[in-house]
Amino acid sequence: MPYALCFLLFVIGLYCAVVKKNMVKIVVGILVMEYAVNLFLIMLGYRSEGVAPIVDKSYLTEGGGIADAFLSHAVDPLPQALVLTAIVISLGSLALMISICIRTYEKYGTFDITEIRRLKG
Amino acid sequence: MTVPLPVFVVLPLAAAFMLPLFGKKGKSAATLLANLVTIGLVVMAVSTIGQSRTYEIGRWSIPLGINLVLDGLSCLLLLAVSVVSAAAMLFSTRYMEQYTAKSKYLCLFMLMVTGMNGVVLSGDIFNLFVFLEIASIASYALVGFGCEHEELEASFKYMVLGSIASMFVLFAVALVYGNTGTLNMAYISRTIGTNGMNLGLTFAMGLFIAGFGLKAALVPFHAWLPDAHPSAPAPISAMLSGVLIKALGVYALTRILFNIFGISVAVGWVIITLAVLSMVCGALLALGQWDFKRLLAYSSISQVGYVVLGLGLGALIIAKGGNTAVASLAILGGLLHLLNHAVYKSLLFLNSGSIEMATGTRQLKEMGGLAEKMPYTRATCAIASASIAGVPPLSGFWSKLIIVIAAIQAEYYWIAAVVVGVSVCTLIMYLKAHRYVFLGELPENLKDVKENKGSMLLAMSLLAVLCVVMGLLVLVKPLKTNVLEPAVKVVMDGPDYSANIIAQK
Repeated sequence: MPYALCFLLFVIGLYCAVVKKNMVKIVVGILVMEYAVNLFLIMLGYRSEGVAPIVDKSYLTEGGGIADAFLSHAVDPLPQALVLTAIVISLGSLALMISICIRTYEKYGTFDITEIRRLKG
Repeated sequence: MTVPLPVFVVLPLAAAFMLPLFGKKGKSAATLLANLVTIGLVVMAVSTIGQSRTYEIGRWSIPLGINLVLDGLSCLLLLAVSVVSAAAMLFSTRYMEQYTAKSKYLCLFMLMVTGMNGVVLSGDIFNLFVFLEIASIASYALVGFGCEHEELEASFKYMVLGSIASMFVLFAVALVYGNTGTLNMAYISRTIGTNGMNLGLTFAMGLFIAGFGLKAALVPFHAWLPDAHPSAPAPISAMLSGVLIKALGVYALTRILFNIFGISVAVGWVIITLAVLSMVCGALLALGQWDFKRLLAYSSISQVGYVVLGLGLGALIIAKGGNTAVASLAILGGLLHLLNHAVYKSLLFLNSGSIEMATGTRQLKEMGGLAEKMPYTRATCAIASASIAGVPPLSGFWSKLIIVIAAIQAEYYWIAAVVVGVSVCTLIMYLKAHRYVFLGELPENLKDVKENKGSMLLAMSLLAVLCVVMGLLVLVKPLKTNVLEPAVKVVMDGPDYSANIIAQK
């Protein structure tokens, strides 16, 4: 169920990016898509009653091995690392997108993409 | 000499951040340094021919760490990227003098090269996404580099579609991770090999095809390309059409479909349908264009169709259990066409840049009779046009011939007919371009046009020579066995790729 909602969020973002006429709304649509994917990644690593994936002394067994309690409850740390990277990348592309929106507004005086149509063919 | 693999990524990345430090006064020093870096990359790429090895970043062995993989296919793409970027950088030395902020241009150019080298070397699926974004974001900025009306519009359009494509890819990466529990390509492939496909992985494959299809501008995902490629400065158009759509689109798609997921008959037909649509629509739309660079951009869509067609035909024959010799012939044709197209399409875009710089226009109807004024540009443009149209013995002829032979041997006669038909369309569109640009009456306002000399001429001549001699890749045995056949073998091996990588650990 949460995965379905996450996918719905992705589709809403896609719809917004494809259908909307205002440049800023298109940018927001792309951001919603990015957040949906980030949320999906985080949910992949989720475990109910999970613990941080750091082995401290209480999880070590007497033979020096790692206790089963840790292995069955530790959260997967990799998706969080991926999401951090994805957020940094989306920040970069967001900054570029917004600056191009501003430059375009300076040139055309509008954010409406139906009026920004010099390229054809 | 063995070059450590990270150098291909680290060298241009370091250059990218050093070049803006030179500022306005050190512009010529910065340009010289950038040229040295690109030429160095060519030398290193040539030295990797015939090698195959892996590198584990930070000595963390896979699947815990990230690895870089050099094999035949990566090596082929490295060669294409480095040769085209060296020629484009040489051309920019003079051409980019008409823009301000050259050092920023050099920085973005180097970042784009970094991203492409990273994509072709990466053995980790998320790492591939990161490099894909580096190259894409640099290219969005470069398309809008002129900051005029059309350039900003094209850049925004490209960026929206490019970002949607990236999100598709990231979503697919997340799905693959969720279903296989690893991000390393070799281990994903092994897991899929033992557990088989499920619904999530099939959906991920669809997202990958859509995402990389958008990056490769296959019809129906092509809407951004005819705006973005002509709006960029000429050397960047050459890079975008020559290698970016292939490294980010075709290469990534090939790697994912052939080496990770493995191919099936349905996937083969999907690829062939996309390819045939691109070839036919691209060629027909190009015929009606009157803007020189726009014509070249539509022709790129059509030519990428050839590359994908060769690969798709191979995939279909393998999946149906047909003759592997025919399948490898089709893939050989596709990969050779990838190399050829990188060379002649970048040459044509450099020609268009040279003409635009001399005449100040890109409209075919406003030009004419430039043959006497610009003899060198004309000669190189004629070689490239003949090559792309498939006139023997120039490079384009061989790759098209191989694809046609493979299609006939596999008894898909209609595919062979489409290939020949689109080739005729290509010939017509380049005859039209040639007729309007170089022949006919010289307009009054172009009487004192001068040929571009120096680095621009050198870059064009180098690529023209390559166009003529590329046929040797098929004809000379050592070149064929060292450059093309390892790449074909990687594609043909399919999921065995994972066993090779894990064995090298």
